[in-house]
Amino acid sequence: MTTPTTSAQQIRDDALRSALSSRKRPSRPNALSASLTFGWRALLKIKHVPEQLFDVTAFPIMFTLMFTYLFGGAIAGSTGEYLQFLLPGILVQTVVFITMYTGMGLNTDVTKGVFDRFRSLPVWRPAALVGALLGDVARYTMASTMVVALGLVLGFRPAGGVIGVLLSVALLLVFSFALSWIWTALGLVLRTPNSVMMVSFMVLFPLTFASNIFVDPRTMPSWLEAIVGANPITHLTTAVRGLMAGTVTAGQIGWVLLASAVLVAVFAPLTMYLYGNKK
Amino acid sequence: MEDNKEMRIGRGSAEGGLAIRAEGLVRQFGDNTAVDGVDLKVAPGEIYGLLGPNGAGKTTTIRIFATLLRPDSGSARVFGHDVVREADTVRGLVSLTGQFASVDEDLTGLENLVLIARLLGHSRKAARARASELLDAFGLTEAADRQVKKYSGGMRRRLDIAASIVVTPDLIFLDEPTAGLDPRSRNQVWDIVRTLAAGGTTVLLTTQYLDEADQLADRIAVIDHGKVIAEGTPGELKASVGSGSLHVRLRVPEQRPEAELVLSQALGISVQLESDPAALSARVSDPERVAHALAELSRSGVAVTDFALGQPSLDEVFLALTGHPAEDDDTITTGEDAA
Repeated sequence: MTTPTTSAQQIRDDALRSALSSRKRPSRPNALSASLTFGWRALLKIKHVPEQLFDVTAFPIMFTLMFTYLFGGAIAGSTGEYLQFLLPGILVQTVVFITMYTGMGLNTDVTKGVFDRFRSLPVWRPAALVGALLGDVARYTMASTMVVALGLVLGFRPAGGVIGVLLSVALLLVFSFALSWIWTALGLVLRTPNSVMMVSFMVLFPLTFASNIFVDPRTMPSWLEAIVGANPITHLTTAVRGLMAGTVTAGQIGWVLLASAVLVAVFAPLTMYLYGNKK
Repeated sequence: MEDNKEMRIGRGSAEGGLAIRAEGLVRQFGDNTAVDGVDLKVAPGEIYGLLGPNGAGKTTTIRIFATLLRPDSGSARVFGHDVVREADTVRGLVSLTGQFASVDEDLTGLENLVLIARLLGHSRKAARARASELLDAFGLTEAADRQVKKYSGGMRRRLDIAASIVVTPDLIFLDEPTAGLDPRSRNQVWDIVRTLAAGGTTVLLTTQYLDEADQLADRIAVIDHGKVIAEGTPGELKASVGSGSLHVRLRVPEQRPEAELVLSQALGISVQLESDPAALSARVSDPERVAHALAELSRSGVAVTDFALGQPSLDEVFLALTGHPAEDDDTITTGEDAA
């Protein structure tokens, strides 16, 4: 209102009429193209609101430094040795924790009018959500880069080499993408971003700590060892660790891929159902 | 004019070629019946107004037509396609401009339009060209690279409508398109709506203002508590309510008894005395007789300082149609129309 723009510029009747004169409807974009367009939107939002990257930059650095130096000496005798064990795990924990922002973001997004427009467009239905998740994968990649780079600076030396590290990050991204569908479903059910965060936290906290991320489960009481052994995060961490150390087995990778497939198969349709019936 | 519209309706119902046909639509939210048996027929190419107070069920009705909500019972067809069973086809024919900005506030105006154009299948290049064309037409070129959250209300509305016509739709929904706008922006939106309709797009808009429905709509449905309580052209609707009120203020308060007599004879109805000792008012049904009545006043030597013929307000329409004044119904508004 204070800008001169509103008064200086007028709606141009002739231009409007000519803009309206074309009734040509381009052919519908395919599922991939629509999803990528929504992914582009997510990247634009990062560009315009860079503050939101705080959780994928500061958070990983804090985690890595804190756990390495706080527990390293006590658990493994030296921080340097502990880092070899911890870094793949802390990478898993960091990225898995960040997935919960997906649900919060969606919860905020859906309450805005723009989602009504998206839902009334003739595009592949899951595209808006898949695109948002693709944008999140970009954020997960950023967090992974931070953790791995910091680890290398601190003295982490993966025996699996560059390929091993890249593959481990790729596997982690696949699992995180699949896991995010739980949060999208939750984001559509719960009323406020805060309640989404609370519930995600309640799930993620025990899931990441009752795992083999920080300590070898063999040191635990047998009942806890059994629980930790059944925890999907343990399997994920084992595979990521294996890839980085160059000792991974096909079974370890297969388990993670299967778990990812199951997560998507269950929670993607559930999310889509909730999305389609959202008031 | 009037005959013309009747013919269009007639042809539509005979061939089933209606833009919208709703029968017995019902939608409940918990205990609240937001839409309670709405029947509606909208002919192609017309501007149709849904008039009613907050919480009357206007937004819920529009959301059902735009495939965003399923009706609990009843059916709705858009150009012959069922909004539930053929939702995807319907989405290809309609555009929605919601009550609250249905654009992304974090993105720039240009990015918003390119996004929609890409989603509708335009190539990168065509999307940019279309976005620029629309920004230009809506006077937003200078603001193209600014985030929408920094737009004024009027600019945001224009962008919102622009996003709805990236591909010119056959039917456009405008939910309270002028709510919260200053008069100048409101007039701009009215111009856009008229241009849209002139181009052949059917327009379904909701409004709380009789004035707005009167200015724009070919036909109006008055909605209250989820039901259509009156339907017709603005002329028909007003005729059922009376044209409004004549307010007269005299130079000399002592002449009021004489003025009352002259006016009531000339208008053929009783005249109310206002609390202002120099003022009178009368509900009139025929504006033609007002000129005559005023002339009679001056002939009998009663000096008038000012007079006004007001449109019947939404309150008056509601009072006349329902026997109760139009009020925001909070029990229905809660969380639904407001959301």
